[in-house]
Amino acid sequence: MLVVIVMVVFSIFFLIPKWAGVDIAASFVGKQADPASIKAVGEKLGLGDPIYAQVWEFFRGIFVGRTYSGGGDVTECAAPCFGYSFRSEQAIWPVLTDRFPVTLGLALGAAVLWLIFGLAAGVLSALKRGTLWDRGAMIVALAGVSLPIYFTGLLSLAAFSYGLGWLDAQYVPLSDSFTGWLGGMILPWITLAFLYAAMYARITRATMMEILGEDYIRTARAKGLREGVVIRKHAMRSTMTPILTMLGMDLGALIGGAILTETTFSLPGLGQAVLNAIKNQDLPVILGVTLITSLAVLIANLVVDVLYAVIDPRVRLA
Amino acid sequence: MTAPLHEPTAEAAPSAAEEAAVAGAEAKAVQGRSLGRIAWERLKRDKLALAGGTVVLLLIVIALLAPVIAHLVGQDPEAHHEDLIDPLFGTPTGSLGGISGEHWLGVEPVNGRDIFARILYGARISLLVGFLSAIVAVVIGTVLGVLAGFFGGWVDSLISRVMDGLLAFPQLLFIIALVSVMPNNMLGLTGTGVRLFVMILVIGFFGWPYIGRVVRGQTLSMREREYVEAARSLGAGRFYILFKELLPNLVAPIIVYTTMMIPTNILTEAALSFLGVGVKPPTASWGQMLSSAIDYYDSDPMYMVIPGVAIFITVLAFNLFGDGVRDALDPKGSR
Repeated sequence: MLVVIVMVVFSIFFLIPKWAGVDIAASFVGKQADPASIKAVGEKLGLGDPIYAQVWEFFRGIFVGRTYSGGGDVTECAAPCFGYSFRSEQAIWPVLTDRFPVTLGLALGAAVLWLIFGLAAGVLSALKRGTLWDRGAMIVALAGVSLPIYFTGLLSLAAFSYGLGWLDAQYVPLSDSFTGWLGGMILPWITLAFLYAAMYARITRATMMEILGEDYIRTARAKGLREGVVIRKHAMRSTMTPILTMLGMDLGALIGGAILTETTFSLPGLGQAVLNAIKNQDLPVILGVTLITSLAVLIANLVVDVLYAVIDPRVRLA
Repeated sequence: MTAPLHEPTAEAAPSAAEEAAVAGAEAKAVQGRSLGRIAWERLKRDKLALAGGTVVLLLIVIALLAPVIAHLVGQDPEAHHEDLIDPLFGTPTGSLGGISGEHWLGVEPVNGRDIFARILYGARISLLVGFLSAIVAVVIGTVLGVLAGFFGGWVDSLISRVMDGLLAFPQLLFIIALVSVMPNNMLGLTGTGVRLFVMILVIGFFGWPYIGRVVRGQTLSMREREYVEAARSLGAGRFYILFKELLPNLVAPIIVYTTMMIPTNILTEAALSFLGVGVKPPTASWGQMLSSAIDYYDSDPMYMVIPGVAIFITVLAFNLFGDGVRDALDPKGSR
């Protein structure tokens, strides 16, 4: 189903420029390019063809590669071909594989942090409802979801990197130096995790409180189970279901490009690539990253579906 | 079911639907107070929500009267004051980003535009996009949600699948990409006008499934309730049931989700402007001010703090108010 939607939304990208009368070939080569090369690129991309043919050609290219011919010369794009940037004269796939590890590291590292802190804060708040701890944690969480991530990012940069000089805000690839990589990633991780931990704490608290009111929790308590067991074995399990759904979506979206975080901390990831592409009107890169993101979401959702079966035996039977 | 049993059930139906009824005259559940009144009394006791609501009202007034206030203070958001800028570093002279009796929140680096006036005008952009895109989402979401829940069958499965798909999508990326491929002028609008129009449409379009999902669920459960059955057995037509029986009961969840959606939309607008695909200078917007503040985060930190705090206060106020409205309209809430 998601595949169909990806294809439909994808066609919009081909459709809108056409409908709006934007000269798409020109935006593929650059505004200052001469008319001849614009025309050549237009022919290579088959921009005169109907939309469905263009979309089909694009998806076929991913599996068998694509040869752009027309306008005198031939441009090869080997499989998997996620498009070709005529502006920078390079295929999109190497750009994607180049930047993917940065974004993956950012998303996974932050996810570990926000799951630990978000879940802990949410569960504790639900169990100690109405106490000072609960109120304090929920005020911090509400502030957390109200703060734009690029603002907290800039503040933390100003405070810890420039003000105190504790951390160097420079990205170092993992293959170069582990400690350098770690040092460069700590601030982005904490900033990103703060936002999501706040969201997860709020959701966890609400879900947990609802579940603690369920009949089966009362039954578990009535049959004399210790409170710790009731919470861990009975309440936590049900609480995890909506959390997992959210995690799948959030991780998928982040892996596809944590645009705001990467921009704030100048991390050379997918999000930064797509933003640069948007600023340069380099449409093929936008299309390529968008597609990768959709794939990341698809895969994340699949993993979540499998995990459902682990925590909820009813899903296994169904 | 026997007749004596049936009667009270029909009578009690409105109270069963109380989670949805807001101001319906028929919904007199507890001690003759309408649910709208109960909700209002709960809301009045929730100090945080009231504080949030007050700030929201204040912001709306500020946004509406921005030109008047700026004129009274004697500042123009787009006027340059290069005389207040250190020619060597490009940062404002004077302490704290050039805060003075004349420029209450200082001036911008390089061109010296008055930050107070720009914050005022930025509020207009934020609230305009926040509210209008929420309205777009509510209209699409309510119509499609009711259609899906009321008619069921293939209509329901089609709409539900589309909603699931849109919800699972990495929205920010799509919004950015869509906003950036949109043309620079259309429908007689140009520049800022067209950017606002496109942002409102696109943000609204990606927001409707949140409303649609809730409305569909509510419609689905209410369609089978006794009072709808009663209306049907009295010979009421589909449209009567839709508009007279179902829609009034959907008002509460729609209000709740709308108030929760506005702050998210404001954040999205700020993010778009921050990334340079939203409103462009010289038009003032908070996100765009923050993005130009990146270059001065060490030399002129006040420039970064002010728009950031403006966004924070606005979104926090809406969130506090939204949480309060949700608690007040929730029949299960104990307060």
